[in-house]
Amino acid sequence: MAAAAAAGSSPGSRPGDSPEGPEGEAPERRRKAHGMLKLYYGLSEGEAAGRPAGPDPLDPTDLNGAHFDPEVYLDKLRRECPLAQLMDSETDMVRRIRALDATYTIRKMKNDFRKMEDEMDRLATNMAVITDFSARISATLQDRHERITKLAGVHALLRKLQFLFELPSRLTKCVELGAYGQAVRYQGRAQAVLQQYQHLPSFRAIQDDCQVITARLAQQLRQRFREGGSGAPEQAECVELLLALGEPAEELCEEFLAHARGRLEEELRSLEAELGPSPPAPDVLEFTDHGGSGFVGGLCQVAAAYQELFAAQGPAGAERLAAFARELGSRYFALVERRLAQEQGGGDNSLLVRALDRFHRRLRAPGALLAAAGLAEAATEIVERVARERLGHHLQGLRAAFLGCLTDVRQALAAPRVAGKEGPGLAELLANVASSILSHIKASLAAVHLFTAKEVSFSNKPYFRGEFCSQGVREGLIVGFIRSMCQTAQSFCDSPGEKGGATPPALLLLLSRLCLDYETATISYILTLTDEQFLVQDQFPVTPVSTLCAEARETARRLLTHYVKVQGLVISQMLRKSVETRDWLSTLEPRNVRAVMKRVVEDTTAIDVQVGLLYEEGVRKAQSSDSSKRTFSVYSSSRQQGRYAPSYTPSAPMDTNLLSNIQKLFSERIDVFSPVEFNKVSVLTGIIKISLKTLLECVRLRTFGRFGLQQVQVDCHFLQLYLWRFVADEELVHLLLDEVVASAALRCPDPVPMEPSVVEVICERG
Amino acid sequence: CFPDTVLIYTLSTARALTPQTAETDAIRFLVGTQSLKYDNQIHIIDFDDENNIINKNVLLHQAGEIWHISASPADRGVLATCYNRTSDSKVLTCAAVWRMPKELESGSHESPDDSSSTAQTLELLCHLDNTAHSNMACVVWEPMGDGKKIISLADNHILLWDLQESSSQAVLASSASLGGKGQLKFTSGRWSPHHNCTQVATANDTTLRGWDTRTMSQIYCIENAHGQLVRDLDFNPNKQYYLASCGDDCKVKFWDTRNVTEPVKTLEEHSHWVWNVRYNHSHDQLVLTGSSDSRVILSNMVSISSEPFGHLVDDDDISDQEDHRSEEKSKEPLQDNVIATYEEHEDSVYAVDWSSADPWLFASLSYDGRLVINRVPRALKYHILL
Repeated sequence: MAAAAAAGSSPGSRPGDSPEGPEGEAPERRRKAHGMLKLYYGLSEGEAAGRPAGPDPLDPTDLNGAHFDPEVYLDKLRRECPLAQLMDSETDMVRRIRALDATYTIRKMKNDFRKMEDEMDRLATNMAVITDFSARISATLQDRHERITKLAGVHALLRKLQFLFELPSRLTKCVELGAYGQAVRYQGRAQAVLQQYQHLPSFRAIQDDCQVITARLAQQLRQRFREGGSGAPEQAECVELLLALGEPAEELCEEFLAHARGRLEEELRSLEAELGPSPPAPDVLEFTDHGGSGFVGGLCQVAAAYQELFAAQGPAGAERLAAFARELGSRYFALVERRLAQEQGGGDNSLLVRALDRFHRRLRAPGALLAAAGLAEAATEIVERVARERLGHHLQGLRAAFLGCLTDVRQALAAPRVAGKEGPGLAELLANVASSILSHIKASLAAVHLFTAKEVSFSNKPYFRGEFCSQGVREGLIVGFIRSMCQTAQSFCDSPGEKGGATPPALLLLLSRLCLDYETATISYILTLTDEQFLVQDQFPVTPVSTLCAEARETARRLLTHYVKVQGLVISQMLRKSVETRDWLSTLEPRNVRAVMKRVVEDTTAIDVQVGLLYEEGVRKAQSSDSSKRTFSVYSSSRQQGRYAPSYTPSAPMDTNLLSNIQKLFSERIDVFSPVEFNKVSVLTGIIKISLKTLLECVRLRTFGRFGLQQVQVDCHFLQLYLWRFVADEELVHLLLDEVVASAALRCPDPVPMEPSVVEVICERG
Repeated sequence: CFPDTVLIYTLSTARALTPQTAETDAIRFLVGTQSLKYDNQIHIIDFDDENNIINKNVLLHQAGEIWHISASPADRGVLATCYNRTSDSKVLTCAAVWRMPKELESGSHESPDDSSSTAQTLELLCHLDNTAHSNMACVVWEPMGDGKKIISLADNHILLWDLQESSSQAVLASSASLGGKGQLKFTSGRWSPHHNCTQVATANDTTLRGWDTRTMSQIYCIENAHGQLVRDLDFNPNKQYYLASCGDDCKVKFWDTRNVTEPVKTLEEHSHWVWNVRYNHSHDQLVLTGSSDSRVILSNMVSISSEPFGHLVDDDDISDQEDHRSEEKSKEPLQDNVIATYEEHEDSVYAVDWSSADPWLFASLSYDGRLVINRVPRALKYHILL
């Protein structure tokens, strides 16, 4: 019912019904809410607001009054109020009832708290009582506690004193037992106290005792330290203990190093013994292994221990260690170098490079520890030096190989020819030499390439990445060798034995062809090979291929020129002898070609064959129609007589017209030693020119009888018959022979030339 | 001024050429012809420097074809020749001392056309013959002497003659000969102007030898001086011990006779036998060579000359710093080089020589009888003089 009344009776819920509107209603509701709280806290609304009390407290219809009678209230409402107001009242009532519910709960809680408060108060009282008791107990115990504390202090002190009094004996015992560490710890603990109380006689005595024992201890430690039988770690311990005993660090450093020196020197001595001349030295790899594990390992240990022990010594200590390492290191290096120097022989570098690698690698550890000693740098320097020496060695090796090849060729050339069985041909010899040299070069390249292998510890050093490749291998070894080869070859041109005996002409020819082949192909091949294997990365200028090729070509040219001279000289000498030794005035009428001319033709043919083995044919001038059929009528032709006309005319006035005619007739100058080209015809032309020019000059120095002249005619015709085919321009042979015969005619007081037909017949007869 | 060009004069086949040594004013050369069929002649070639023309006189030399000619250093009219004489199918090379007619001594200026008709004959003073020595290779006069001492080379003998009674009599003063196997034969010889003219050098085969004329003993010997026959040699006129030689190996070598193991310098410019080498009498850096490659080459061998730093200027000539600096520069040894190659000849050149009167002028003679007179290039001349 109340709910129903409340449902429709909220005056504020219908804004349209309320004349004041929501704004006017709100303060009223607030006031009501406040009123309820006031009600709860026992304050009357009127009191709280300070208003005079409104309704009569005895009013039975007052809902909040003590004398409220619901029946009266309801009757009153039913009677007095219209339905709408009833509905509002009901709604209002419901709301109030709800509020009353809450008010009740709070009131109940308030009651509970009040109860709790009381209990808390009781608790507080109890606690106060307990505290009081406790304080009383503490006060009773205080005195006793203080006494106990004091007793404990006395006890500790006594124990310390006992320790001190026992210290000498303990120390002695420790020393006897060898428990040095313990002893040092004891000593360390007592030191300060004893120091402090040394003015007390008893402590003084203890201190003195201790000092004596400590001194003994130190002495024993040093003794042990010196004896050295114990390894480095124990030694390090000794040093540590001695330092703890307050021994002077500097002295200890010295002693430590002196001791280490002793051990390292022993290592060095054993290394030196391995070097010794008499016992078969172990191979270099073993040697560097020994050195690496023995000496370098030892040095590392020493350095590590030193740095650990004497770190406090600061830069002075480090410097001392560096000096120590430098000195011993240099001795070690000296030994290594001596050993490496023994490795200079042989062409194989693999063992050496491995040894160097180990050596270098091994020294990187102390190098890092002892940067100041510069060991790693020194090691790198040694490796570089060895590498340089190896390059030099390989260059020497290549040179020796080249000379060896030449000796082989000489022997092959000098070997007596068994009849019917030809020795190795020149072409074959050339191929042998070329391939032999090439394989030597390749072997050397492969051998020095080991120095730059990636797995080798020093190959990334700047020297091996740059200078070694460009200046060392490319320039020093390869270019150097090719140059030296050219020089060696050229030296055959200036040999003192210019009479041709020293160097076999075939060797000159072979070398010339070899150099020419180098110029055309081999040099660029070798250099390309080198550049590929050794990627040259630095800025050093290198010899260009073209320069080297030009040098090789020049060498080839000089050799071939020299060959021409030598062979020309051989034939010249024959001709010269044949002219000089004969009595040309009283010679008989020619019946035959002189044997020497046949010999000249034979030799020339042999030379032609020899040159043909190595050089291409070359170009000839087109042959004239009469070719070899040319006869000797020309020698008595007007042309030749015209040339020496002044001799044939009585008295000697010069005819300038004649002179110009002569110049026209003989305008072509023959260069006797003209530059030789690289072909057979050019070589043969050169040789024949030299020979015939010699013949001419020799003839001019003799005087001929009629038959002497005729013999010259026959000889020259014979030469003409056989020599024209060898030369580039047969006209040349013809001109020279013409001149020989003309000169002979001039040197003949009675020049009656032989009939050309007779000359031909004699020559055809052979 | 005339250009450095050539003057060419042609006579018959010839090998022998010499300046008229005793003549120091006129440029005059003597050339001997070589003919088996006709009378041989000695042409006296006068070079008129001012007009750049040649005048000649001809003397008949009927004794035979002339292989070598040399003029007395003291008497302009006296000369010696080596000549061939053919008799009974034997050829003999003899030597004789001759006197030319007085009027030709200082040359004449007749035109060449007339000279043939007025060919005069030489007066024979004496033969240098000795029955034992029949092949005279050459005759050399004692330089700077009184023209009384003469050396002749015959086969393997070196003969020192004293010319007595106005050169009408030759007395063999002393002689020496080469021992050893084989047909040793002197090819050439020169008398050193140094050491009071007591040294002579000779060439035989590939060997050079020095002789002391007082004892006729060998002083030094350069074995294998050349690879082949040595054709000629000459002494440096201004520098003791220095000697040039040339030969069939186409080379010209310069020697210090105190150290005979190695030549001081070698030239290899010719392409055939070098027949002649001559030092300039005044400026010994100028060396002339003639070869059967038909070329004459003038070389400047300043580095081994007596003036390796060029012409030395007196100290008082240097007035200021700049001069001094230029002087410093010129102290660097100059470069040896070929000055010029003369190609006027068409046949082998067998003789070259400097004029005795003009140090800047030289003559060369080729087998075809062409005589060429050349001057040292003017630029070089001034370079040497200034």
